[in-house]
Amino acid sequence: MLEVNALQILSYDGTFEGFLTCVFHVYERRLTHVDIQPSHVAIDSLFDAREEIITDFEKSKRVWTGLKSKTSSNGRLRLMYAFLSEQAGIERHLLEFIRYVFDSKSIVDDDYSHEAVLKVTQVAKSVGREKHRMEAFVRFRLTKDDLYFATIEPDFNVLPLIQKHFKSRYADQKWLIYDLKRKYGIHYDLKNVEMVTMELPADFDPVNTSEDFFAEEELKFQLLWQNYFKSTNIESRKNMKLHVRHVPKRYWKYLSEKR
Amino acid sequence: MSFERIKEKLEILADAAKYDVSCASSGSTRKNTTKGLGNSTGMGICHSYTEDGRCVSLLKILLTNYCIFDCAYCVTRKSNDIKRAAFQVQEVVDLTINFYRRNYIEGLFLSSGIFKSPDYTMERLVAVAKKLRLEENFHGYIHLKSIPGCSDELMREAGLYADRLSVNIEIPTETGLKLLAPDKKREDFIKPMTKVKNEIIQYKSEKKLIKSTPKYAPAGQSSQMIIGASGESDQQIMWTANYLYDKFDLRRVYYSGYIPISYDDRLPHIGTAVPMLRENRLYQTDWLMRFYGFKVNEIVNNEHPNLDLDVDPKLGWALRNLQLFPVDVNTADKLMLARVPGLGMKSVHKILHARRYRRLNWEHLKRLGVALNRAKYFLVCESRDFERRDLSAIQLKSLILQNSTSKYQPLLSPQLSLF
Repeated sequence: MLEVNALQILSYDGTFEGFLTCVFHVYERRLTHVDIQPSHVAIDSLFDAREEIITDFEKSKRVWTGLKSKTSSNGRLRLMYAFLSEQAGIERHLLEFIRYVFDSKSIVDDDYSHEAVLKVTQVAKSVGREKHRMEAFVRFRLTKDDLYFATIEPDFNVLPLIQKHFKSRYADQKWLIYDLKRKYGIHYDLKNVEMVTMELPADFDPVNTSEDFFAEEELKFQLLWQNYFKSTNIESRKNMKLHVRHVPKRYWKYLSEKR
Repeated sequence: MSFERIKEKLEILADAAKYDVSCASSGSTRKNTTKGLGNSTGMGICHSYTEDGRCVSLLKILLTNYCIFDCAYCVTRKSNDIKRAAFQVQEVVDLTINFYRRNYIEGLFLSSGIFKSPDYTMERLVAVAKKLRLEENFHGYIHLKSIPGCSDELMREAGLYADRLSVNIEIPTETGLKLLAPDKKREDFIKPMTKVKNEIIQYKSEKKLIKSTPKYAPAGQSSQMIIGASGESDQQIMWTANYLYDKFDLRRVYYSGYIPISYDDRLPHIGTAVPMLRENRLYQTDWLMRFYGFKVNEIVNNEHPNLDLDVDPKLGWALRNLQLFPVDVNTADKLMLARVPGLGMKSVHKILHARRYRRLNWEHLKRLGVALNRAKYFLVCESRDFERRDLSAIQLKSLILQNSTSKYQPLLSPQLSLF
């Protein structure tokens, strides 16, 4: 009996393709009592059977192609956004969503009365919000090497989502946005955007605009911006509750006007 | 440029511009096809928020606060004894570009006091926009103020570089305008608005025939009214707004609660509270008109010239029209759903999608995020549980108010608070 009830855990490398490969295995082997977890999270337990799934681009592509015929482009986008939330247990909801979609004859990814669809939609929405926030809250600082440099610590892994926005907006300047939490960044060299990892100097303080790294006029523009921010406030309408709701305190660290 | 001098100017001229509430940076697309700076996708971004909770999306400044007019409600009026300053065209361009490159802003909102003459002022505003577009290859958002009384030719040129043009009519009634701004005439506001509207129509029709026709003010026009400065009623405000939307195809009308700035006897004195709740109700009405299919006279009319402060205008309307309810969530059409208190357009949209798959009950509605504390009295759904009592409007209103909290509670409470 124990064997029948054992939960089958498929672990993957944390990439979207890895996750889709797991979905492929679920279908190929007709697994029902199954969970998918990233390997850095999955722990061996006495009762669950754990298996490492190697990412296979062929297989993941087949699942994605299958999804294409069963979902709207918006539905697939929500799936991807929800995945990037990196929330614990999100794979279970994604799998349920995918199962519901594959089991149905017509396209059902906007059936918000279905639990998994609603959950995925809600998580995707938070990720979308975080993406939008990062498009707003990134603050570039000009370095001595003519590079516009920004550090962020977003709640979700949104760098892949904001890349296009920054590429088309700042097409004529070199820039680098670095996610200090996930330890990688995206760099634009006037032609392409590439993922980069880097060793920050030991004495580098991401909050401080030190003259060793940043251009001479950089601090002056920050000062102008801070002053502008102050002058545009209307004291008699003060509403800190609303202010903090729009600019939650966890983002203040990298906002030059809030320091 | 001298940072000290710029800093001082920026402080004075941003402070003077902050009473203009428009901050929209949306509604215009300018693709960055030339590897220049900036790319507008039609979706605005609020880059920060001030401590009063308003968004900072554009660098909002006056070119100068020198002014030949003496409008009682305005801080930069001629007779006011304040520090004056003026930017040079190049200074505004440099500030805009440097702020934009650091991702502080979506673009520029440039207004101005009127110095020498309307044309002289407008010429300089246009010069800034032209420089940004042609010399800096800038595709961000530009909002220019149309200076009342300037020539048609300048208005035409302004629209070629700006995304949005706006004229603030400020005082909703003609008599109020005569009292508070004796130098200004209604026609001076109407003229540039009419010009811009006609140009937009003309450029759009030409664009259909010749694809290379340039854009003309793609984010349209907006305007602003000051609330509570001239004793006007909500009906007068909303009917004026409706007229503006109708006649000039305005994208937005903004309502700005009057912030007392002088001891002039014609106006509320310094220390009077800003009518923020009233402002909020006016915006709600504006939304009902633009997105929910309401006609203005359904909400404010001769019998109800003012909006209720304790309930939102849609609930107010529903309480006057109880014969139309309850509405069946599973069969009602979109327009009727939109009229149910507690249902916003997003909920309506979700309901329309979800009910294709199954009949909805209270649990579904709750999970979709419907404000059931209000909506439950006006709806029936797949459940035998619904409001069966024949409640009067007054009973219903007090029931709803008991079960909800408002952030405006302190303002509404009849009790005087001492601390």
